[in-house]
Amino acid sequence: MKDPQYGWWLPPDVSTNGWVVDQLLAIIHWFMLALFVGWGIFIIYCLLRFRAREGHSAVYEPIKAAFSKWLEVGVAVAEGVVLVALAMPAWAAIKNITAEVPENPVIIRAVAEQFKWLFHYSGKDGVFGAIGSEFISTDSPAGVDPDDEAGYDDFWVYGLHIPVDRPVITRLSSKDVIHSFKIPVMRLTQDAIPGLEIAVWYQATDTGKFQVGCAQLCGLGHYEMKADFVIHSPEGYQAWLDEEHAALGFDDE
Amino acid sequence: MRNTRHWGLTMSDSHDELNFWRKYVFSTDHKTIGIQYGITALVFLFFGFSLMMMMRWQLAYPGQAIPIIGALLGDTFVNRGAMLPEFYNQLGAMHGTIMVFMGIVPLAVGAFGNFVVPLQIGAADMAFPRLNMMSYQAFVIGGVIMLLSFLAPGGAASSGWTSYAPLSDIATSGQTWWLIGMIFLIFSSLLGAINFIVTIIHLRAEGMTFFRLPFFVWSQLVTAFLLLLAFPALQAAAVFQLMDRLAGTSFFLPSGLVVGGEASAAVGGGSPLLWQHLFWFLAHPEVYVLILPGMGIVAEVIAINTRKPLWGYRSMVYSLVFLGFMSFCVWAHHMFLTGMGTTMSTFFQITTMIISIPSVIILSCLVISLWGGSIRFPVPMLFALAFLPMFGIGGLTGLPLGLAVPDVYLHDSYYVIGHFHYVVAPGTIFAMFAGIYHWYPKATGRAMNESLGKLHFWLSFIFMNGIFMPMMFEGMAGVSRRLFNPEVYNTGLGAHGLTVISSWSAWCLALSQLPFIYNFFASMRKKERAEENPWQATTLEWATPTPPPHGNFPSPPVVERGPYEYSVPGAASDFSPQAVKQGV
Repeated sequence: MKDPQYGWWLPPDVSTNGWVVDQLLAIIHWFMLALFVGWGIFIIYCLLRFRAREGHSAVYEPIKAAFSKWLEVGVAVAEGVVLVALAMPAWAAIKNITAEVPENPVIIRAVAEQFKWLFHYSGKDGVFGAIGSEFISTDSPAGVDPDDEAGYDDFWVYGLHIPVDRPVITRLSSKDVIHSFKIPVMRLTQDAIPGLEIAVWYQATDTGKFQVGCAQLCGLGHYEMKADFVIHSPEGYQAWLDEEHAALGFDDE
Repeated sequence: MRNTRHWGLTMSDSHDELNFWRKYVFSTDHKTIGIQYGITALVFLFFGFSLMMMMRWQLAYPGQAIPIIGALLGDTFVNRGAMLPEFYNQLGAMHGTIMVFMGIVPLAVGAFGNFVVPLQIGAADMAFPRLNMMSYQAFVIGGVIMLLSFLAPGGAASSGWTSYAPLSDIATSGQTWWLIGMIFLIFSSLLGAINFIVTIIHLRAEGMTFFRLPFFVWSQLVTAFLLLLAFPALQAAAVFQLMDRLAGTSFFLPSGLVVGGEASAAVGGGSPLLWQHLFWFLAHPEVYVLILPGMGIVAEVIAINTRKPLWGYRSMVYSLVFLGFMSFCVWAHHMFLTGMGTTMSTFFQITTMIISIPSVIILSCLVISLWGGSIRFPVPMLFALAFLPMFGIGGLTGLPLGLAVPDVYLHDSYYVIGHFHYVVAPGTIFAMFAGIYHWYPKATGRAMNESLGKLHFWLSFIFMNGIFMPMMFEGMAGVSRRLFNPEVYNTGLGAHGLTVISSWSAWCLALSQLPFIYNFFASMRKKERAEENPWQATTLEWATPTPPPHGNFPSPPVVERGPYEYSVPGAASDFSPQAVKQGV
């Protein structure tokens, strides 16, 4: 995507799941607007028609029959619509987002700490080295066991790089406090909680350079806890992987 | 006949001449305590609002020196007059804490509940007058601790009003002060809650059946139950967190924490989510504590100024009770993004949709009550009418947040800030203003100036919307809350214009309160006395002398009819008081 625009409304959506969110937002907001305008018209009409003035007095008997019943039923139906037509599909939608296991995914660990995002890739072998908080050090910020061979080709970077048109699973964890992994252009937010590992999946539909942010107050530097989010073409992604691999000092086989 | 005995006791007290301290400071009279609560809460509200005005400067003009105030603040808060991120986080946490726990709740419950409830049910005082005094004192102590915490090393609490662990567990000592302050504030609310429940159940005047209670009293009764049942969860959580911080426990600290590159010394094994569950188990019912008394005031003001009975009084009461019950079953909709499974999130989405039904019924009843009225527009009525659409926006914008899928995008964005402020600021605070203008003549014996009141209303109405409507759009644009400088992100840069509108509206809102502040104090000194019953109202508080003496009623009132008997066909006037005035 060339020069994404950010303004006073939804940012661009470059994800396969984003439309579900955008569509629900649209439906709910039209529904809200209809209710609000309906109520508003009724209130203004009452204020004008029933304003206190000479020769006008209030009616003691409550309004009955058709009108009140219609309103009671209206309220019940509106609530029913919210529940059945909105909450249920929403449930189905979120199930699709989180429960369906995507095929041939790219798996990336995201490790949050005050105040940066670390992204841990499994390298050429596709297998992560053993992880433990006791292995965390300046040389190994992702906490990979130095004796585990599977971890020899693991690498970590401070920006999120993914290929376009391929599902990505991100396994989120945190070293210290609660952070929240937010990518507006993916319509995605998920807390990263110390002591837990939570997976999310998403898939990009366009290439481009965007941002990952932190959406949960995590301390002094919370506001600048952002990282680049780069969506590569499949070739571009492979080239980037090779470059990172070479930087580890491996000879290309 | 319990009532009569109570009467006898209090009436004999009322003839004692009390010295200044007993009368104004250590008073056990519910009206004095109500006014003490009211003034203290209004001061805290204005203080909390001032903190926010400084934050709005940083948001609109990041990194620029704060005009005037910047020069007065110390090095730990500002750098050459420009705000430091640590100070911004303190302001954010303390703004929320002060507005909710030291502003709105004491005003809605402590002030209006204390002053109005005993009068409306025809009681001489609260059931436990000394407990009432103690409740106010605990509130003041808690409030002072909170304010002093700005002087702690590292400043005040800075982990948000939600104080999520582990961030709060490892925060500077201001957090310890926050926890101790909260323990006092919660203690105060618990004492108050017990007092309200006993008072409303036991001290109703003869003939005041439950379904003759004004809706405002019902709202206070349900609120008291919410406070009593929800606050202990946070009280316990606050003690746990205090122990984590001071005694080396790990209630909220998991194993294997690495903070700032150093392995944590805590033993671990705790859960950060435990705090969130305990906190929101309180804080969701707390939302209803913030709104229900406001609905109660609005119902009173609307009934009086439409000159007709409230439409659907009984269904409003049932909805209120149901709302109170359901508010304990929705807390985890604040936690959709903590990795909660589908079953759990489905449960909480459904309960959240269900809880919207009674709110819609109450709001609809209030709106339909306008039909067939003879509507007057004094200042309290303006605020009460504005409450309806403002609370409507607040409630409606809860819908996308209560459903997990849209919440995935909107969570922790400015949309959330806009949503709950619409409920609490132009919602509850407008209801509070309605109450102040409405009962001021009862409390002081003087009427407030109408023109100044109208000026105050219209300016507040415009600028309240000017602050919070842009936030909805910012949230949609993807700007996260609690950012010291949102322009770090391209979403924040894109929405910067909205931020500036919000900020200027906030400062203008502050100026709009000047007519109110002047009106509030100047009206007290007026020579001209207000009428005994200036709104021609039916409820019992208007059947007392103005201002009501110690002991309230010259003789026990006997209630003969419901609270909203306006424009009764064949009656002598368009209002039929609940109790015919007893001989003085």
